[in-house]
Amino acid sequence: MIRYLVRRLLQGVLTFFGATFVVYALMFANQNDPLQALAGERPISDSVRQTLTERYHLNEPFIVQYGYYMRGIFQGDFGTSLTNRPISELLENAWPNTARLAVMAVIFAALIGIVAGVVAGIRRTGIFDHTTLIVTLVLISIPIVVLAPLMQLFFGVELRWFPATAGADPDFYALMLPAMVLGAGSLATYSRLTRTSVVENLRADYVRTAKAKGLTRNRVIGVHVLRNSLIPVITYIGVDLGGLMAGAIVTEGVFNIPGVGSQLFRGITTEDGPLVVGFVSILVIIFILANLIVDLLYAVLDPRIRYE
Amino acid sequence: MQVRRFAALAALPVVTSLGLVACGQSGDDASESNPSAIVSIEIAEPQHLVPTNTNETSGSQVLAALFTPLVSYDEANKPVEDAAESITSTDNTVWTIKLKDGYTFHNGEKVTADSYINAWNYGAYAPNAQGNSYFFEKIAGYADLQSTDPDDDGPQKAPAPKANKLSGLAKVDELTFTVTLGAPYVDFKTMLGYTAFYPLPAAAFSSEGVLAEGYEEAPIGNGAFKMNGTWQHDAKIEVAVYDAFPGEKPKIAGVEFRIYQQLTAAYADVQSDNLDVLRTIPTENITTAPTDLGDRYATSPASTFQFLAFPTFQPDFAKPEVRKAISMAIDRDEIIKSVFKNSQQSARSFVSPVVGGYREDTCGASCQFNAANAKTAYTAAGGPATIKISYNGDGGHKDWVDATCNQLKTNLGIQCTGVAEPKFADLLSKVEKKQDVGMFRMGWVMDYPSMENYLGPIFTTKGSSNYYGYSNPEFDALVAEGTKAADEDAAIAKYQAAEDILAVDMPVIPLRFGQNNFGYSTKVRNVELDLFQRIDLHKIEAVS
Repeated sequence: MIRYLVRRLLQGVLTFFGATFVVYALMFANQNDPLQALAGERPISDSVRQTLTERYHLNEPFIVQYGYYMRGIFQGDFGTSLTNRPISELLENAWPNTARLAVMAVIFAALIGIVAGVVAGIRRTGIFDHTTLIVTLVLISIPIVVLAPLMQLFFGVELRWFPATAGADPDFYALMLPAMVLGAGSLATYSRLTRTSVVENLRADYVRTAKAKGLTRNRVIGVHVLRNSLIPVITYIGVDLGGLMAGAIVTEGVFNIPGVGSQLFRGITTEDGPLVVGFVSILVIIFILANLIVDLLYAVLDPRIRYE
Repeated sequence: MQVRRFAALAALPVVTSLGLVACGQSGDDASESNPSAIVSIEIAEPQHLVPTNTNETSGSQVLAALFTPLVSYDEANKPVEDAAESITSTDNTVWTIKLKDGYTFHNGEKVTADSYINAWNYGAYAPNAQGNSYFFEKIAGYADLQSTDPDDDGPQKAPAPKANKLSGLAKVDELTFTVTLGAPYVDFKTMLGYTAFYPLPAAAFSSEGVLAEGYEEAPIGNGAFKMNGTWQHDAKIEVAVYDAFPGEKPKIAGVEFRIYQQLTAAYADVQSDNLDVLRTIPTENITTAPTDLGDRYATSPASTFQFLAFPTFQPDFAKPEVRKAISMAIDRDEIIKSVFKNSQQSARSFVSPVVGGYREDTCGASCQFNAANAKTAYTAAGGPATIKISYNGDGGHKDWVDATCNQLKTNLGIQCTGVAEPKFADLLSKVEKKQDVGMFRMGWVMDYPSMENYLGPIFTTKGSSNYYGYSNPEFDALVAEGTKAADEDAAIAKYQAAEDILAVDMPVIPLRFGQNNFGYSTKVRNVELDLFQRIDLHKIEAVS
């Protein structure tokens, strides 16, 4: 187990360098004139351009810029964005918001999704099952760019059950609506995964055995069916958490939450290389960790799947 | 007492709509205004909060609360002394600026001539890389504060400039200083209303000419509001009334500038009364805004000028006849109705209606839609059979460019395609390299209300935004004569003569003049937006 862990961590380090290198290269390739992009539609005077170019090493070749960046990272310095703000500060401000949002979204989606999936799986072809199928179909098919403003208009502006936007320092209540929107797509997937898995396991030999032994229905479902059914769901949730953090761009924009998504969006539009790479690096780390945790959870849930 | 009016004036339809707003408000008289209320105003994350480095509307909105300019503009957009007691010149070269006594910075420091001189020197010094440094160009000695890289972006660093102080700035006494310009400039007083010309306190500098670290996080100004805490990035900036402000007192206790990433989010907040003022209605909501907000949806004139530029260096577009024919084939009103839902106005002149000296229809017949004449003229002049119109894909220009292309196809019988470049910067760099982009979209927002601010940068041979290679010595001469004229009226006469040349040469096609579309909550009234897209913080009132 320890060897496995170490091997996975080493893989992670490689992935980290590979990913940041690729992202940096892509940002650089896309870079046309970041100073002009920053200034919008106004011309920049030559002397200003000159000073800024030198300050941000924009006249150096790509590999040198990447070198400067990596050297900084090893000294614990993420560099400064083109707007002259330390990226570590931006990260510090943005991550908590996005993490809270993503965790709330996952909890919301997992709670409702798994319960609905289990119930639907047990009462297969019943009314509840059909309703869940239709609802999840609708949720999956509405893209978040449509769903987010719709929910905002309906629950925020018209009914006023929730504040229309969450703002910079949102409380639990203000984050509810955005979390539900963000979790909606995942909810549908969780519930469908759970349902299929439950249906399959209900027919398995060990369930028949358990029933034959005279175990209560609750115990059969709660321990034997659920434990095995959750393996694919947990795998998916683990990977999904990373995806939710990265995918919050739309939700954060609509609900005005200054998090990772909105910073990334701004970084990309202003061709701010250091800013984008800084955020992506952390995303990469989260993805690596999430996958690692998922793999370890496997072993806990099903001793048969143990990597050695 | 100080009269401070940023104003909404001008074009008739707008006056009417303002009138309507006023009517709506007169019914509210029963509710008292609440002087202890905090008003929330939408902004985007400012790039900078240093006067000489701030040139976007969000940053200048915040600075307008923290600073009082030397001059502000009256209803006719003429400069009126504000922080200045008097601004005088006999020859338009040497200007004497006398400050009003009694103004202090928010840290108690007295506002003196040095506050201005130090701030302007800092802004003009090239190594400080201030975005507004070009505003000091006209002051004598500016060139000495610049330096050029010997190998142009190469390994060598540019040498330090010759001087770090503008030779044209001189202190007379504590409250008086003189500004000597490199050449006579009649509009200098008008220019002084711009953000770049605010003063800075001694506390802003850590040593001479070096801005103190952290000043930008909590700028200290000479205005009616002072910072309340520091700039909370991506979240908000709070300001509160400065009690020792000698000028006209605001009717509110403070402002919370709330930072939004997207306008649509702010729009949802205004609708649900979570936000008081939204300075720009997002395009996607412009059609529903009048019903969503009722009389809380308002419009005012803006200084934006949108036009289509010709790469005049290309043989296809070298002939003015071709350019005029294309202009004539465009039905501006139709596009404004169908694409912009009447949120902008047709442009048939080369300067905006918001500046003194504006005349209607200076473009003449070339800007009047006439499909039949256009086609005849176009064929006669031998215009190209296919045309491209380039635009930046990130600015919401696709719809009107496509509509324009369709009109050209129908009315001229030619092929026309709209080509999107990812960003405006990409488009400009292609134009600078003289690559074949066809016609391209351009826009202009004025820095200060003067005809010169439209004619000079966009159309003179050396203009900073003349990307289309237009050059007419006669035009250049007239604009130069205008800037050197003895007084405003003489200047305007020259500028107008210059504008007439544009109508003959037609280097660009005027398309639209902008309009501010803004909205507010039920908790505020007397909301006015000036030409720089800033809410007038002295007028706005909270309804208790």
